Amino acid sequence: MLRALRQEWLFNVRGDVLAGLVVALALIPEAIAFSVIAGVDPKVGLYASFAIAVITAFAGGRPGMISAATGAMALVMVSLVRDHGLEYLLAATLLTGVLQMIAGAFRLGSLMRFVSRSVVTGFVNALAILIFLAQMPEITGANARPIVLATVIVGLAIIYGLPYVTRTIPSPLICIVLLTGVSIALGLNLRTVGDMGELPDSLPIFLWPDVPLTLETLQIIFPYALTLAVVGLLESMMTETIIDDLTDTSSDRNRECVGQGVANVGAGLVGGMAGCAMIGQSVINVKSGGRGRLSSLAAGVVLLVMVVFLGDWVAQIPMPALVAVMIMVAIGTFSWESLGALRTNPKSASVVMIATVVVVVVTHNLAQGVLVGVLLSALFFARRVGQFLRVQSTLSEDGLHRTYEVYGQVFFTSTEAFLDGFDFGEALDRVTIDLTHAHFWDITAVSSLDKAVIKFRRDGAQVDLVGLNEASATMVDRFAVHDKPDAVDQLMAH
Amino acid sequence: MNDLTHSTLNPGGKVLACIDESRYAASVCDYAKWSAVRMDAPLSLLHVIPNPPGGTVESEQNLSGTIGFGARNRLLEELATVDAQRSRLAVEAGRHLLAAALERLGGEDLPSVETRQRHGELVDALAALEDETRMFVVGKRGADTEGEHGHLGGHLEQIIRALHRPILIAQQSFAPPRRFLFAHDGSETARRGVGMVAQSPLLRGIPCHVVSVGSDPKRFASAQDEARDIFEAAGFDVTTATVPGEPQTALPAYEAEHGIDLLIMGAYGDSRVHRFFLGSTTAAMIRSCRVSLMVIR
Repeated sequence: MLRALRQEWLFNVRGDVLAGLVVALALIPEAIAFSVIAGVDPKVGLYASFAIAVITAFAGGRPGMISAATGAMALVMVSLVRDHGLEYLLAATLLTGVLQMIAGAFRLGSLMRFVSRSVVTGFVNALAILIFLAQMPEITGANARPIVLATVIVGLAIIYGLPYVTRTIPSPLICIVLLTGVSIALGLNLRTVGDMGELPDSLPIFLWPDVPLTLETLQIIFPYALTLAVVGLLESMMTETIIDDLTDTSSDRNRECVGQGVANVGAGLVGGMAGCAMIGQSVINVKSGGRGRLSSLAAGVVLLVMVVFLGDWVAQIPMPALVAVMIMVAIGTFSWESLGALRTNPKSASVVMIATVVVVVVTHNLAQGVLVGVLLSALFFARRVGQFLRVQSTLSEDGLHRTYEVYGQVFFTSTEAFLDGFDFGEALDRVTIDLTHAHFWDITAVSSLDKAVIKFRRDGAQVDLVGLNEASATMVDRFAVHDKPDAVDQLMAH
Repeated sequence: MNDLTHSTLNPGGKVLACIDESRYAASVCDYAKWSAVRMDAPLSLLHVIPNPPGGTVESEQNLSGTIGFGARNRLLEELATVDAQRSRLAVEAGRHLLAAALERLGGEDLPSVETRQRHGELVDALAALEDETRMFVVGKRGADTEGEHGHLGGHLEQIIRALHRPILIAQQSFAPPRRFLFAHDGSETARRGVGMVAQSPLLRGIPCHVVSVGSDPKRFASAQDEARDIFEAAGFDVTTATVPGEPQTALPAYEAEHGIDLLIMGAYGDSRVHRFFLGSTTAAMIRSCRVSLMVIR
C-alpha cells in the first residue's frame, strides 16, 4: 500500500506539481474552447475537466496521463445538446461512464490490438484537423475582422516565440494574459469568453440530471453514450500507448477503461460533459516533467481553484487568444511525420490512414472513422494473406492421372485462385489432390473444394484427396483445436 | 509432496547472489561462496539495474507548455537520449560492483562463477531467473534503505512472497555458521522444511537446534521428535527445545544464549488471508533477527 503510494504518487513530487500547474494553465483555454464546440456554457467543460483529471488521477491505469473534457468527445455531443439540451448531455455522460466501466470489467481494453498503427495515426490526424476546423467560425465570416486575425497571429507568435527566450513559463499562459491585458487596456472590440456563457462561480455541487427516467430518454441518449464511450476509450487507449512509449513504462488498459468510466460518471454528477484522455495535454505533461498520478491531481485542483477565484478575469479572455492556443494544440496533435511516411509506407497503410481521416472529417465522428480504418486494415490483410496460395500439378507418364498439390492459405479471398489452379477440361482417369501443405480456414474454402471434386467426378475421373485432415485442422471452430495447448504446433507442423 | 519438493528444491540450479551498492554486498558474496562450495553448485552474481525513477533531469525541465510540429517524436527522442545516458552509467557502475565481487570471491575453490546484469525491478528479475536457481542470497537491506534500523529492505518482503526457492538473507558480516536453529511451528510446511534441510548438503555436519515457540511443550513434542529422527538419520547433531513467548523475542534470545548464527524459518501460510497475517509475522521475525537467516517456502 505504502509502496504503491511511493511508486505512483510521491516519487517525483516537484516535477509532478510543476507539470500539473503547466497543464492546468493549458487546460483552461481548452476546456472553454471545447465547451464552445459542444455548444454548452464554459463551466460545463471546466467542471468536467476538474472532475475527470482528479478522478483519473486515482482510478486511471496510466500514471502521468491527463484526462479532461476533450474535442473528440465534444464533437460527438453537438447534435445532442442542440436538439435536447444540457440535461440530456449530463444523462448521456453518466451512461457513457457506466458503459466504459462495463467495457473495463469485460476487459475490452485488449481489443485495441485490432486497431493498427495506420488507424491510430489517422485518428490523431483527424482529431487535429477537427480541432483546427472548430476554430474557423471564430476567425471567418462575420468574425474575420483585421483586429481578430491580428490578435490570433500575435498570439501564435508569442506561443511559438517565447520558448526561444525562456522555457520556465508556459508561453500559452503568457499569450492569454498579455492579450487579455491589451484587449482590456485598449478596449478592443473582441468577443470574450464571458460572451460564450456562464463560468463557474462556485465549487462544483452534486446534482442528478433533470431528465425523465423513461425508455424514451434512454432511446435518445443511448446512441450518443455508446459513441462517446467508444471514442473516449479509443483516444484514451491511444494516448496511453503514446505515454507508455515516451516514458518507457507500461500501464493497465482495463483499469484505464474503468477509470475513464468512473471519471465520466463523476463528471456527469457535477454538471460536466463527458471527456477522455488528451493526447496534447499528456504530451505537455510529460514534456514538463510530469510522470506520476500527482500531476493529474495537481492539474485538476489548480484548474478549479484558478477558475473559481479568477472567474471574472477568465471571462475577459478574448476569443482570438483562445483560438491561437487551440491552433497550437491542433498543430501539436497532428502527426506531421505521417505526411512524409506516405511516400515510404506501403500503399495499403496510407489508404487506411487517409480513409480514417476522411471519414472522420466528413462525419465528425471519430468512432466511424476508426471502424472504417479497422475494416479496411482487415480487408487488406485478408487480401495479402490470400496471395499465399499456389497450385502445382504433375501428369503421370500414361497421361491419365494428374496430381495436384496445393500450397498456402485457402479462405474466402483465395478460393477463386484455388479453383483457377485446376484444369477441369483435361480428360483424366484419376485425379489426386494433395492438400498436405494447404490450410483451409473457413467454409468457403471447404465448399470450393467440394466444387472442384464434383466437377472432376462429373468428367468421369476418380478423385482422391490426400492430407485433408491436416489441411482442415485450421478450421478451429469445428475441431476446436484452439482449446488445446499444442494447437499452434499442430497448425504449423505441416 | 513430491511435486512441492521439486518446485522448491532445484538440485541442478545455481546459487544466485544479488549484488548492489549497499554494505551488505560483501557478506552476500561470502555467504554465496560458502553455499556454492558446500552444495557444489555453480554461482551466479546478479546486479539489477532499476528502472529510472521517472522525472526529467532538472536542467532539461521544459515548462513552456507548447507542443509544436512533430512534438511527440522529438520528445521521445529527447527522453530516450536521457535514459540511454543514465542506463549506460548504471550498467557501467554495476559492472564495477560485479568485478569487485568477483575479486572478493577469489574463485579457486568454486565450481563455476558467472556474472550477469538485468534491467527492471529486483523482484521481477529474480522471478525470471527462478527456474535456473537453487538458492537466492540477498542482503537484509538494499542500498536505498541502508541504515534505517529495524526497517526491512524495501524489496525483501515482496521477494519472499514472489519466490519459491530458499532465500538466504545475509547480515552485514559473514562467518561460516557453527550452529543453526530450525524454527519449527509444528505445521506441515515446517515438517517438509525439515526434510529439505536434512537432504541438502548445505548444512550437513553443522549442529542443529530445533526450536518451537509456545507455552505448552507437549504440543510440539511429536513434531520435534520427528524432526530429531530425520536430522539424526542424516547425520546431524540435534538439540530440541521449546521456549515460551513470542517468536520475535523468544527466538533471538535463544540464539544469543546458544551462539546460533543462522536461523531457518518457513514463510508459512497457504491461504491468502493466512499469508497476509502470517506473512507479517515472517517480516517481524526477519526484522528482529540479529543473525543471518534462511527462509524456505
